[in-house]
Amino acid sequence: MAKAQLTAGMTIDGFRLDERLHRGGMADIWRASRNDIDFPIVLKVPLLDFEGDISLIVGFEVEQMIMAELKGPHVPRWVANGDFAVQPYIVMEQIAGPTLAKSLGRTWPLDEIVETGAQVAAALSDLHQQDVLHLDLKPGNILFRLSGAAVLIDFGLSRHRHLPDLLDEQFHRPMGTTEYMAPEQLLRVRSDQRSDIYALGAILYQLATGRLPFGIPARMRQVRRRVWRDPVPPRALRPEIPAALQEIILRCLEPMPAARYAGAGDLMFDLRHQDLVVLTERAERMQQSDFRTVFARRLRAGKIMRQIHASATKPPPRAPIILVAVSLRPEIEEVRQALLEAAASVLANMPGARLACINVMPASLIAIDENIDAAGDNVHVQRLVELRNWAAPLELPKGKITYHLLESRNIAAAVVNFARSNKVDHLIIGAPTSTGSFAGKVRGKVSAQITAEAPCTVTVVRAAGESNRLREVEPAA
Amino acid sequence: MLIALLADVHGNREALTACLADAERAGADRYVFLGDLVGYGADPAWVIDLAAEMVAAGAVAVLGNHDAAVLNPSETMNAVASAVIAWTRTRLNEAQRSFLARLPLTVEEGARLFVHASASAPDTWIYVMSSREAFQSFRATHHRLTFCGHTHFPALFNESPRTLPQHHVPADGRPIPLLGQRRWLAVLGAVGQPRDKNPAACYGLFDDVDNRLTYVRVPYDVELAARKIRKAGLPEFLATRLTMGI
Repeated sequence: MAKAQLTAGMTIDGFRLDERLHRGGMADIWRASRNDIDFPIVLKVPLLDFEGDISLIVGFEVEQMIMAELKGPHVPRWVANGDFAVQPYIVMEQIAGPTLAKSLGRTWPLDEIVETGAQVAAALSDLHQQDVLHLDLKPGNILFRLSGAAVLIDFGLSRHRHLPDLLDEQFHRPMGTTEYMAPEQLLRVRSDQRSDIYALGAILYQLATGRLPFGIPARMRQVRRRVWRDPVPPRALRPEIPAALQEIILRCLEPMPAARYAGAGDLMFDLRHQDLVVLTERAERMQQSDFRTVFARRLRAGKIMRQIHASATKPPPRAPIILVAVSLRPEIEEVRQALLEAAASVLANMPGARLACINVMPASLIAIDENIDAAGDNVHVQRLVELRNWAAPLELPKGKITYHLLESRNIAAAVVNFARSNKVDHLIIGAPTSTGSFAGKVRGKVSAQITAEAPCTVTVVRAAGESNRLREVEPAA
Repeated sequence: MLIALLADVHGNREALTACLADAERAGADRYVFLGDLVGYGADPAWVIDLAAEMVAAGAVAVLGNHDAAVLNPSETMNAVASAVIAWTRTRLNEAQRSFLARLPLTVEEGARLFVHASASAPDTWIYVMSSREAFQSFRATHHRLTFCGHTHFPALFNESPRTLPQHHVPADGRPIPLLGQRRWLAVLGAVGQPRDKNPAACYGLFDDVDNRLTYVRVPYDVELAARKIRKAGLPEFLATRLTMGI
């Protein structure tokens, strides 16, 4: 194992070390360059003290293994790994800092908290879809691209569902950052994506209130306390926090994994559509549980921990989002009926799914009236009523169905954007039965564009034609 | 170089054909037979002829316990297996027997060791089913990568400085990086008689440039292979288990 001092100007495997950017407790970060790479890169070198903690070595192996598998905008682009026999390192895209940890010292406006939380949730959702759990999510591991997209870093404690978990069997103690750690991580459960949701809840709490939900436990054992001691409700610390945001944060921080959001996509959806959040007792809470409740919980802590373990090792039910785009033009009643049947059959096949009904209104509709506000409002209300009316036969409980009005000149783009930014799983749209008419062709183009550009499965529904009463449904990948 | 790793073909022509076609599509440029070309299946002669042809063209093959049993009746086996071995003997010609007789127990190739069962005692056919056997196998060799078969259960072990090797059940079709600083023991599933409740043939693809191993599952005409076993008068159980993957 090489122990040579690295200095600026040195070259490792063709990578020139330009400048040391950061000296951490576990690794150095060097700004580096190589002629054939046209984006800024950094080289991360572990500080491996072999008398010291072996988990640092294994953690770096894990990071090498997992970073090489990850793709997309929410992780730094991976370039190369260095062999341990010569010089271990990871070369990756440089994401201009600073990390979220650097901006904790101020009071965050509410809309900024929500936007930041939604961006991090989007990044988490993307990570989970790549079968990777972060398991050490904290402000210091979150960066942002200029576009606003969150980038997650530091995968030394992460877990890839389909690769050997090098950390699992080696270490018989929990790992993570105590401030943000979910209780099941204390039990060494490394397979539940809801552990990352918990950490994001702690981060949201911190952004919203300026303090950590459970303080800074000095020792791993003290993490157990959060099982019986609920945090001070955010609204008690900052009254202008909306009930829905408190509901979201406290739901993330539920000790029982099954009581949290099942996936980061759901969390993002609620952050972006707070008016649709189903409020529970959590939203109204203004103080911590009283002494008796906490004491009773504490006495049952062992049992609760066992329940947490059982909940965390049971995969969460999938909660997919089905999006149905409903056109409210009166002349296509038959298409709407077909849409309703299609939505019902997709829902029947996806237990736990949530249905999002959207209607896109051309921006011009509102601009017709000089009095934009009043007229616009009326149109809104009228359309929402019609949407609800359309969905009524599905008899979905509150929380399983949401209604959204979008305003755009470009119907297809609005639908596709909504599907993408809300991580929709399945999109159902209507299309005119081909009659050769000009209007039909125009509307057919909308469904064609959506089908071509949608980020998910699309079902195109048509009303049965005069000659052919069969409903045509064409699924597309 | 992309190496196709084929263990436990067991005279299953349909499964081998399907795996080879899949490997060719994937761009494999080297083929390794990890033992047990014969036993259980209805096409031992055909499988040996193909393997011999491929070995003549540069492929690697090691000896398995069923191959050894064909040559040497004193090898101990269960009743069903020895019944099939007795039948297999009647199906092979001199050239095919002599091909089996020339197979080595192990083949070393740089950092790689190819062996049918545990490297700790290749001729005693120890099943590497758990971390304990993997530990013994690691101890017996200095090779960074050991590829074996014999158990019919796909598994991947990595050596760990502190504990017994870690047992990982690989997911189908997902490349796994075999990190350079660790030693790995890959137990390929069976081409010709999978037993992990998935009847699809299992073989491995190892890319020695980016150091990744993929466990590939290939569906094949199981019904045909089962029919041939029945037609040959071999025990019914061997046909049934193929269709169920047990």
